[in-house]
Amino acid sequence: MKRVYLDHIAATPVHPQVLEAMLPFLREQFANPQSLHSAGQEAMAAMEEAREKVAALVGADGSEIFFTSSGSESNNFAVKGLALAQREKGSHLVLSAVEHQSVLHSAKSLEKLGFAATLVPVDKWGRVDPDEVRRAIKQETVLVSIMLANGEVGTIEPAAEIGKICRGRKVLFHTDAVAAAGNIPVSVKELDVDALSLAAHQFYGPKGAAALYLKKATRIMPLIDGGIQEGGRRAGTENVAAIVGLGKAAELAAAEMTARMSRMAGLRDKLIAELPRRVDHVVLTGHPGERLPHHASFCVEFIEGEGMLLSLDMKGISASSGSACTSKALKASHVLLAMGMDHALAQGSLVFSLVDGTTAGDIDYLLEVFPPIIDRLRKMSPLYTKYLEEKGQ
Amino acid sequence: MIYSDKVMEHFANPRNVGVLKDADGVGQVGNPVCGDMMTFYIKVEDDKLKDIKFQTFGCGAAIAVSSMVSEMALGKTLEEAMKITNTSVAEELGGLPKNKLHCSNLGADALHVAIEDYRKRQESLKRGEPVAAVSHEPKEEHEECYCPYCEGPLEGLDEFCHSCEIELEECPECKKYTRKGDQNCVSCGAALHKA
Repeated sequence: MKRVYLDHIAATPVHPQVLEAMLPFLREQFANPQSLHSAGQEAMAAMEEAREKVAALVGADGSEIFFTSSGSESNNFAVKGLALAQREKGSHLVLSAVEHQSVLHSAKSLEKLGFAATLVPVDKWGRVDPDEVRRAIKQETVLVSIMLANGEVGTIEPAAEIGKICRGRKVLFHTDAVAAAGNIPVSVKELDVDALSLAAHQFYGPKGAAALYLKKATRIMPLIDGGIQEGGRRAGTENVAAIVGLGKAAELAAAEMTARMSRMAGLRDKLIAELPRRVDHVVLTGHPGERLPHHASFCVEFIEGEGMLLSLDMKGISASSGSACTSKALKASHVLLAMGMDHALAQGSLVFSLVDGTTAGDIDYLLEVFPPIIDRLRKMSPLYTKYLEEKGQ
Repeated sequence: MIYSDKVMEHFANPRNVGVLKDADGVGQVGNPVCGDMMTFYIKVEDDKLKDIKFQTFGCGAAIAVSSMVSEMALGKTLEEAMKITNTSVAEELGGLPKNKLHCSNLGADALHVAIEDYRKRQESLKRGEPVAAVSHEPKEEHEECYCPYCEGPLEGLDEFCHSCEIELEECPECKKYTRKGDQNCVSCGAALHKA
């Protein structure tokens, strides 16, 4: 059976050159980078080289990059660490309603410590209005955290404008760039951010390697206390092989970004144009123009996402969904609901995320198997029957 | 795959999908807010389920459960069919993932509601009253889909959280669920019962 993997927002394959770069550090170069002997110092040098490469990807200085274990850790570190470090200054946060759970739940934890958060709404495309952020900032606000791109609907947020507002109001600005970094150009200077999260598995690096950019001289409270790793901001023996992989992935992303983007965007546009043409009552979710180059997301009316995922899987296609049934917590995507979508439609969510290597044949295959799958599930759906009855068929 | 072979087999080839235009009883449960919705149609002859059809909006488990319930109930007497439980359906399917067990509640409920609908209509017939049209309106169900204590899913018609093992009731003030018999509503704090 043909296999087409279109769930790269969950994980990308590790680039062969990334794997090559990592392997020595899983074999003979196993030393702890904190060790003083030359074996340890070689590991340290490799790690510092990776730091420079990650810094270069986002236009930062190496000293501003802190390695973590995941995008979620970076987001927790930024939200909790920056808020707690400024406790005397205030206890108010501004977030968007479509942030990743690692940002939203970090704010929830902070609420238990006496912080309060304002959730800025989004429009029907999932875009934050910078003026809403401006209005939400109060005297006591210590941090604004608005993502750069949304993994569920692909929308790119006007982060640079928000950055300017925060700078003007002297409030720290963090952006969760996990879905964006390595896939679209990201510059910490242009965004005017104080902190930015990124993760390797989003751009052909390994899982378990991520980073937080933290602008020079920004105070942060560590989440993990212990040794002096990462300048004392994040203790724990470093995952050297994964960090080296992140560095190599960042280097490749910086070098190949434009070519990768144009290769994927063409296929993405074809999918976005064709899918609603092949099946009626399919709507694009997220912004039609301001979106990630490898992201095509939809809602299919009258049916539920998991049924589609299982059916696609039986045809060899891997995709994802924000429906209640597909989430372990059985709740419909907070992103789609925040965009004003009704529950029934949000249940029909479907996300296809491409990779550099997705072919026109892959998209054609999806377009070919998709209509009969939807047809079969709709025939089972009481909502579709009701729709047809009301339409008088 | 998260499901057993049996679940996948029923999902891929569901039995008895469809609508019975001249059904003797109809049962509809669930709503799209909670993610699943099922409609069961039954034809009854000599107190036996002569035909069953269903339609389901929901996940793979919900579709497999509906199919299995229809297969288990077909040909049974109404009394036997009322004895089909959520647990027996899940067992027949070779088990369901823990967070999908609530789907099996809906399947048995939808069938039972259809049988109740049939019985009500028969009583009207006996009494010579005009027979109410087969009900296509969903059975009254709470809009809250989650337990306010553990955030686990609540589905089906039981006002009971299976993970906390507590009975729930609706707060008349905020309409949200709270523990049955508690003095104050967990969500809005309204006074409910005197100590």
